[in-house]
Order: sequence, then C-alpha cells, then structure tokens
Amino acid sequence: MKWFIFALAMLISLPALAVQPDEILDDPALEARAREVGKDLRCLVCQNQSIDDSDADLARDLRVLVRERIVAGDTNQEVIDYVVSRYGDFVLLNPPFKLKTYALWFGPAALVLFGIFAAFMFFRNKNVAAAPDGRAQSLSEAEKKKLAQLLDEDKS
Amino acid sequence: MKRLFYILPLAAFLVIGVYLAIGLTLDPQKLPNMLEGKPVPAFNLAGLEGRDEKGFANTDLRGEVSLVNVFGSWCVACRVEHPFLMKIKENGWVPIHGIDWREPNRTAGPQWLRRHGDPYTLAGDDPKSKAAIAFGVTGAPETFVVDKQGIIRYKHVGPIDEKVWSGTLNPLIEHLRGQGE
Repeated sequence: MKWFIFALAMLISLPALAVQPDEILDDPALEARAREVGKDLRCLVCQNQSIDDSDADLARDLRVLVRERIVAGDTNQEVIDYVVSRYGDFVLLNPPFKLKTYALWFGPAALVLFGIFAAFMFFRNKNVAAAPDGRAQSLSEAEKKKLAQLLDEDKS
Repeated sequence: MKRLFYILPLAAFLVIGVYLAIGLTLDPQKLPNMLEGKPVPAFNLAGLEGRDEKGFANTDLRGEVSLVNVFGSWCVACRVEHPFLMKIKENGWVPIHGIDWREPNRTAGPQWLRRHGDPYTLAGDDPKSKAAIAFGVTGAPETFVVDKQGIIRYKHVGPIDEKVWSGTLNPLIEHLRGQGE
C-alpha cells in the first residue's frame, strides 16, 4: 500500500519550477502567459534550463522583466522579441525556422532519406546477385572447371 | 563509382567530425553581441551610495569614446581585471563608466570600490538587472566600447588585461576617436 501511494505521488507530481511566490502575478491569466513565455526562454547562466526552471539570479530578473512587460500590455511575441533583441536567437529554446537553421530542421529528414536510398541501393545489388536466373549468376562450363581445379589445388 | 559509394559513410563521418571538433573549441558562454552598431539602450540608474549624486543614464554616453564596464563586488573575475582598470584610469587612456550589477545591498558596491580603488567616471547601481538585461549581459565582467555618437561598437566578455587592451580595445578606441572629425 505504501508503495502504491508512493508510485501514485510520483505519477501526479509536477516539475519543480524556480518561480518564487513573490514573483507570481495576481492575475492568473497574465501569470499563465508569463509561464508560456518563460518556458521558451533559455537561462543564460545554466544554458540548458528555461528561465522558469533556473535558480540563477539572472533568470529571476528575466522572469520579473517578462512579467513587467506583460503587465505593461506587451503581447507574448513582443516580450520574446525584446529578449531576442538583447541576447540573440540563442535565448530561444526552440530554434527559429529561417535560412540559417534549415540544416537543423531538414537535416534529420535528409539523413533518413539518404539512409533509405543507401539501403535500397545495397539490397538491390544483393537481390540481383541472388537471382537464380540471372546471367551473371550461373557459372559457365569453363568457369566450373576452373573452380574445381582451384579447389583441388587447395586440397593438395 | 561503386567504390565512391562505399567511401561516402567515411566522408560523412569526417565532415560531421570536423564540425563537432570546431564546436568543441567554441565557448558556449560567448554569445553574439546583438547591440553592436546600435545605440546604447535606454537605462537610468541611481548612483552608488555616497559616490554619485546624479546617477548614470544612457544619455551620459555621448561626445567621447568611453567604456561601459559591468561589475559587481561578488564577481571574482572583476577583481582580477580591477588593477588593469585602475591603470587605464591613472594613465587617462579612456573614461570608464561602471554598472554595478546585482549587489546584495546598497553599500556593498561602494565599499568594494573604496577598498580596491575606483576606476569609474560615472557609475550606477543595477540591483535588478535593468541595465544589464538591456545591454544583453550574461555575466560579469563585460565591457562595452561606446563611440562619440553613443553607438555600441564592441563587447568584451571576461576580464580586460594587457593583451585585450593593446590587441583589441586600444586600437578600436584610437580608430573611433579618429572618426567624424
């Protein structure tokens, strides 16, 4: 029973956010928007965390800034654009879709296509080699003779 | 043709390997300077306690080439570059203005300057990262070169030393001083 409760608790537990009670906005709708923005912004100190996940001081100041701007009437995109204008695309946890990042977005699909192509080429050659009625496959009389000769040589 | 086909995986491996090897030498803390060539962002900071009456704002950065240095009493690397900033000040090479970033209280920054020397012409207190975020600062020390028109020309991340000064900052400052006269 204890284990069941433990497992249940693990199932329903939420990720621990670094957002402090004193930062949270009174208006739940605005706070929800701030969370929406915050989870996409990279903490510049611990670079693989979002600012909502990070305990770093700079992340806290960025969270406060996001909230100030939302309260001041900025749209989510305007807040994100402001932060990008200061720190660059790197601050976005989702890389933007543009010329410089095409390799990033298309690369995996291109590799899969290349792999399929390579596999196709490989197995096609195999199939030809294994075909029983292919001309190149069965040995001519002369070849058979030569093969037998070679095998005999090996034995002696 | 067939042989070429078998070499492909090795070639692909080499290309990826070279890219990853280059990637290993890059410093992920070094971000592009988004403000290069742009005017100093608007900021208006209170002065340091007992030091500045009028504070420090972006409008002060006009008329001469200057450095804006982000520091903090908590910052170890700032302590490392501090003697060189003092040297710049003593020789009168270029005015340095300070952004005192994220001090735990109002007195920590001024105290630190009293103890180690004060290289700054103007200085402002930035406890909530207002100016630091506007400048796109990720860590201290960072130093910005601002030209006569108040345009940011360069950002140096990390401590300034003799090498950074004579190799990068001083030539740039000389160049900017020669412009528009």
